[in-house]
Amino acid sequence: MSALQIKKGSTKHSAYNLRPTFSDVIETHTLAVLVDNEAGVLARVIGLFSGRGYNIESLTVAEVDHTGHLSRITIVTRGTPQVIEQIKAQLGRIVPVHRVHDLTVEGPSVERELALLKVTGAGDKRVEALRLADIFRANVVDSTLDSFVFEITGAPEKIDAFADLMRPLGLLEMARTGVAALSRGATT
Amino acid sequence: MARQMTGAKMVVQALKDQGVDTVFGYPGGAVLPIYDEIFQQNDIRHILVRHEQGAVHAAEGYARSTGKPGVVLVTSGPGATNAVTGMADALLDSIPLVVLTGQVPTFMIGSDAFQEADTVGITRPCTKHNWLVRDTDALSGVLHEAFHVATAGRPGPVLIDIPKDVQFATGSYAPPVKGGPKRYQPQVKGDIETITELVEALETAKKPILYTGGGVINSGDAASQLLRELVDATNTPITSTLMGLGAYPGSGKNWLGMLGMHGLYEANMAMHDCDLMICIGARFDDRITGRIDAFSPHSRKAHIDIDPSSINKVVHTDIPIVGDVAHVLEDLLKIWKARGRKTDREALDRWWKQIDEWRAVNCLTYKTSDQVIKPQYALQRLEELTRGHDRYITTEVGQHQMWAAQFLTFDEPKRWMTSGGLGTMGYGFPASIGVQMAHRDSLVINVAGEASWLMNMQEMGTAVQFRLPVKQFILNNERLGMVRQWQELLHGERYSHSWSEALPDFVKLAEAFGAKGILCTDPKDLDDAIMEMIEYDGPVIFDCLVEKHENCFPMIPSGEPHNKMLLGEVSTKDAIKEGGAVLV
Ligand SMILES: Cc1cc2nc3c(=O)[nH]c(=O)nc-3n(C[C@H](O)[C@H](O)[C@H](O)COP(=O)(O)OP(=O)(O)OC[C@H]3O[C@@H](n4cnc5c(N)ncnc54)[C@H](O)[C@@H]3O)c2cc1C
Ligand SMILES: Cc1ncc(C[n+]2csc(CCOP(=O)(O)OP(=O)(O)O)c2C)c(N)n1
Repeated sequence: MSALQIKKGSTKHSAYNLRPTFSDVIETHTLAVLVDNEAGVLARVIGLFSGRGYNIESLTVAEVDHTGHLSRITIVTRGTPQVIEQIKAQLGRIVPVHRVHDLTVEGPSVERELALLKVTGAGDKRVEALRLADIFRANVVDSTLDSFVFEITGAPEKIDAFADLMRPLGLLEMARTGVAALSRGATT
Repeated sequence: MARQMTGAKMVVQALKDQGVDTVFGYPGGAVLPIYDEIFQQNDIRHILVRHEQGAVHAAEGYARSTGKPGVVLVTSGPGATNAVTGMADALLDSIPLVVLTGQVPTFMIGSDAFQEADTVGITRPCTKHNWLVRDTDALSGVLHEAFHVATAGRPGPVLIDIPKDVQFATGSYAPPVKGGPKRYQPQVKGDIETITELVEALETAKKPILYTGGGVINSGDAASQLLRELVDATNTPITSTLMGLGAYPGSGKNWLGMLGMHGLYEANMAMHDCDLMICIGARFDDRITGRIDAFSPHSRKAHIDIDPSSINKVVHTDIPIVGDVAHVLEDLLKIWKARGRKTDREALDRWWKQIDEWRAVNCLTYKTSDQVIKPQYALQRLEELTRGHDRYITTEVGQHQMWAAQFLTFDEPKRWMTSGGLGTMGYGFPASIGVQMAHRDSLVINVAGEASWLMNMQEMGTAVQFRLPVKQFILNNERLGMVRQWQELLHGERYSHSWSEALPDFVKLAEAFGAKGILCTDPKDLDDAIMEMIEYDGPVIFDCLVEKHENCFPMIPSGEPHNKMLLGEVSTKDAIKEGGAVLV
């Protein structure tokens, strides 16, 4: 069974997961929400999460189809299976929302995030930071005599791991984009 | 083709094209161009209310009693914020409304201009959708889409914020497109396989029950018709929420009465003990379920609802069907007939015998009196004396609302207007005005508590101005009765601020507005007084002084399951456990 997929005008009715909906297990899901790129649409989505007490772990949004005025919002959220189903159903109710994809249950997907990390330090620490950056395939995009800005792309866990390593080496500041995600294979 | 006109003219044109005949509103600077257009035509009646909240509740009453969307027109800033409660009310009760607000000119938005408020921001969580229109060319499209969104799928209120310069500017007007815009098309047909699964469950059920709600009314008259056919054909017992009263006739033989916190004993017991619960257009509200883990523990549950988010929101559903009630019931009946019209008759007979035992408890029994008017008695007399009338009932919120639901009989849908989800005191009076506007010759009665009624009493001016003969039947206990009841049961009879002090003389108040006032204090005078109210051709305030400390029973205390119901005659002290006290 696939998860609840609310495509407007869909004739696919059996919209429910066969997994027990009222379990206590907390799951993390990545949702891709295709919306009309119109004023206030992000506020609607965020307002839904805050108004109904849902979690947002990460959220990214950008226009993906200029002529069709479509934006893609990628949300990483946590909750029990029942809450996740509610979140998807509630998102589907928003008028400018075209589709809600649960990438976590709809088959394999890729997730990437970009982060910039500013690391300051001198001597051994500076050398170690550079060595680790190399292992993580992070690029140096800015450098002074006592600082680097690294750029790193990858799954969020990889970025977490890199940041953990940089912390004792002088991590001063970090900026993350949040997750962008797509399903694998030829379909949307 | 596309005609050129001003934004203000477009508003009026779109209302006409959408078949609107009545608008409830209040003018102000930011909507003057639209009011100017309203002045210059005769197709649309404008009802000038006395407060914008009244406009929205009136539109709700109009909508609920006709099945058409209600339309509201108010100004920017305070006009819009005054309308917020009404929209929140309509959202929770799934009432279709189109609310038009004026806004400061586009070039002044964000400058803290005079009477500027972030109306779309404020109303986003209390509308189904809203729009700020910045371009006159886009206005007609948005207006038509608004009517579609308000009425399609699960109905609800929508709002269009129209800056004043957009009203003045000229643009091209496009007429409505059939079927509404593509991007919002909720699914109405249910999945046939799942419906068949439900038919199978119905064929073998030993203790089935239909639990119906406001969605049946939302779905339209055909849904009520099909529901009646289903009940009669299968002999299934049926109960309904507060919002669904009248979809199945209250005088029908399979009717168990309302269920829930103040529902009937037989309805709640049957819900608790059933083996198949078929929820039709209801949403497992906490007034219904009580304690979730003890809610109807041995039943399979089917749920027919047009809104996928209603399904599995509160209670796990075994047979989920997303679709419109009328569409799904039509398919369900077809399939059931085609499969040979089967039910387990013997089991059903046993089930009915059990139900009859519960009915014999007579849970609505109350101590009668010939000294003071009991509120229940007042409603029984009102029922008796208005039966046979072309009657519409609205209510305020509180004990009187529950007693009205228990003691009045509704044989048709759209005859009962009440604020269920938000529980808005002050709803009933303006709602009665909206109902009366739509049904000029009918008997429209607002069953009220004195405290609720005072919240929108300014609408007496509206009733008198537009010669709307609405009857305000106030069960005056000089208490915030429902609050007082909870304080008695839950807070050691410490009646903190639940008095209605300094009440007006309602007869003089009526007269001050140019209406009729009737005071009744003695049960012996009640029938004559009610007849006087019914026969008077004009608005009436009926001040019915009732027993002050009457409690509304049956009652399922918060946090308790259905079979732990309190009945009137039993002791009610300490009935609500500590855990239940935090619930409302
Ligand atoms: C003081 C007080 C006490 C109350 N006590 C009780 C009580 O004892 N008992 C009681 O029942 N209520 C009581 N209520 C009301 C209660 O709070 C809820 O408002 C009510 O129970 C909800 O009714 P409903 O489930 O029918 O849902 P509604 O709010 O009417 O919702 C309708 C449901 O139907 C769906 N729907 C809409 N249109 C369609 C369609 N075309 N096809 C299919 N589905 C559709 C919607 O998606 C929604 O899920 C009380 C309220 C107050 C203020
Ligand atoms: C706007 C609003 N404020 C407060 C409440 C809480 N409340 C629910 S019932 C009630 C008392 C209503 O008193 P009254 O209208 O006299 O009716 P009664 O219960 O006495 O029949 C109150 C204060 C509410 N429902 N709505």
